Amino acid sequence: MSENAFLDVQDLKIHFKTDDGVVKSVDGLSFSLDRGKTLGIVGESGSGKSVTSLGILGLHRGGNANVTGQIWLDGEDLITASNEHVRGLRGRKMSMIFQDPLSSMHPFYTVGAQIIEAYRIHHKVSKSVAKKHAIDMLGRVGIPEPQRRVDSYPHEFSGGMRQRAMIAMALSCDPELLIADEPTTALDVTVQAQILDLMRDLQREFNSALIIITHDLGVVAELSDDILVMYAGKCIEYGTADDIFYRPEHPYTWGLLGSMPRLDREPTERLLPVKGSPPSLINVPSGCAFHPRCPYAELTKGRDRTEVPVLLDTDPGHLVRCHLSRTERRTLWENEVKPALETQ
Amino acid sequence: MTTSNEPLLSVQDLQKHFPVTKGLLKRQVGAVKAVDGISFDVVKGETLGLVGESGCGKSTTGRLVTRLLEPTAGKIVFEGRDLTHMSQGALRPLRRDMQMIFQDPYSSLNPRHTVGTIVGAPYRIQGVKTENGIKKAVQDILALVGLNPEHYNRYPHEFSGGQRQRIGIARTLALKPKLIIADEPVSALDVSIQAQVVNLLEDLQNELDLTYVVIAHDLSVVRHISDRVAVMYLGKIVEIADRKRLYSSPMHPYTNALLSAVPIPDPKARTERERIRLTGDVPSPLNPPPACRFHTRCWKAQDVCKTVEPPLEELASGHRVACHFPENAPDAVVQTPTGAVAPE
Repeated sequence: MSENAFLDVQDLKIHFKTDDGVVKSVDGLSFSLDRGKTLGIVGESGSGKSVTSLGILGLHRGGNANVTGQIWLDGEDLITASNEHVRGLRGRKMSMIFQDPLSSMHPFYTVGAQIIEAYRIHHKVSKSVAKKHAIDMLGRVGIPEPQRRVDSYPHEFSGGMRQRAMIAMALSCDPELLIADEPTTALDVTVQAQILDLMRDLQREFNSALIIITHDLGVVAELSDDILVMYAGKCIEYGTADDIFYRPEHPYTWGLLGSMPRLDREPTERLLPVKGSPPSLINVPSGCAFHPRCPYAELTKGRDRTEVPVLLDTDPGHLVRCHLSRTERRTLWENEVKPALETQ
Repeated sequence: MTTSNEPLLSVQDLQKHFPVTKGLLKRQVGAVKAVDGISFDVVKGETLGLVGESGCGKSTTGRLVTRLLEPTAGKIVFEGRDLTHMSQGALRPLRRDMQMIFQDPYSSLNPRHTVGTIVGAPYRIQGVKTENGIKKAVQDILALVGLNPEHYNRYPHEFSGGQRQRIGIARTLALKPKLIIADEPVSALDVSIQAQVVNLLEDLQNELDLTYVVIAHDLSVVRHISDRVAVMYLGKIVEIADRKRLYSSPMHPYTNALLSAVPIPDPKARTERERIRLTGDVPSPLNPPPACRFHTRCWKAQDVCKTVEPPLEELASGHRVACHFPENAPDAVVQTPTGAVAPE
């Protein structure tokens, strides 16, 4: 991956020691992201997507997590940097939108006070200037009557408005990297659409790098330039949005696509889900972690259980972690999987 | 679906108002009109989908139909028997025919009971004698929903989310009910597991000749499993039609907006799709807008929408809509809006 990318993550590992054993939440993840681009990280619960985002922000420091690897943000290594230094970057250079805005805002403080606090930590300005800025931000994210609403408490906001306030808070210091962890999962579809539009517009305006973490392939397709599919702490497929949706090569990605009933196609008789359930991260299956659920595992003649597959280029910029050969995967996709998905 | 059949379930003008009280004497100061006069029929063997955003009253409807809540007004007729105000004692034998699947597979199973106890409870409560004992019957049902019958003595925490939902479904099926109300049966599950449970529900319907009312907010899931779909907004049904008509030529602007808000897993859709974006949030059901409740967010709203409530009228065969200015309507009806009559 490119040397001078804005965000460059190399071989990131985040392991937690627990009484039952080591939980390898993130196990050797590498990706990079430029300003103005959007990366979608897709995976099921427990695949390590949220742990990755907290890791980038340095929020595992001081816990029992063991973080190794490299995270370069605009030429600075975040793993070796001091706590104070990372705290200075957080909010200003990198910021996060959390899934559940009600539990990530303080219920005793007004929404305005919380935005003002974040702004004044990074900017030496008076309270009244900061308040003006907070009102301006609330207006920018589409909250009606921001002058009045700045003094409301989080519980006085509806779910969609809370998420907007959360976005206003995250953007108050013009961060260059914005991580959104399931930003719309708690919202209704009509509000979700508004928030996705808002994030797209704001990203264009601020030219920030955006990482969007979700389990919803529809949300990813709406926003992302590149997509990273995670399974059991590892990246199993990486490519442009077109690669992942039109030329996916990993059986797990096929399974995800087959699991979704789609509004844009004629309804199928049956969905084509992945069998079984996601593995426990304490006891990850040997070899390819996906082998117990993979319908094509036998084609690898036993290698699926003994060898961990390597993430390899199948096309420039399109990486796949699978034992099947490129031709095998493409034949399967063209002849079996794609027709099955399209008769939907 | 033929309408000549006697409906299995018939709901007429059903209402549920939750009183809002204030002060020491619990004086009633208002009411949340969660469900405000809805009517629909469910024919044997079909699946009716109820969709809408949070707070539209879809879950309350499910709970009213199963009489877990006491209706304020209206009528619920199940197999020709009026159970609107039946006593709990009189209802008990009927509960055998009418069961519910709950949303959250974590809180709907007693953590201190084994799977055998949980799934066997309906037999014990209803005093049903089984040929080879309850254990055999429970194990048969566990096998039917795709669980290992040997797990009879395990506790819910030993299972994954998807398996727990299967336990819930097994309990629902124990007494071979005729009608199953499924309240968000898959929304708490991972994508790949959702598809498995959706397929299971369909298989069971074919095998056991079940009738479903599926309550969900996910329009793609509802389209996949339903024969007919009802769209709710603030306690009212705004549109009800068979699946194909509703999704291909929706008449109510709200249905149109909902469909257009669903993100589609296809990067091309980003640019090619026509979008309708609603502004604002769903108004509070404590104080819903007068007349047509959607007029505050509707881009087609005119003065008549603020003063005259549109009745739910059949504009095409089996397609009923409550709107003064329906879209995709057959020519004959387009002229009617000026002559819209107030319902008594």
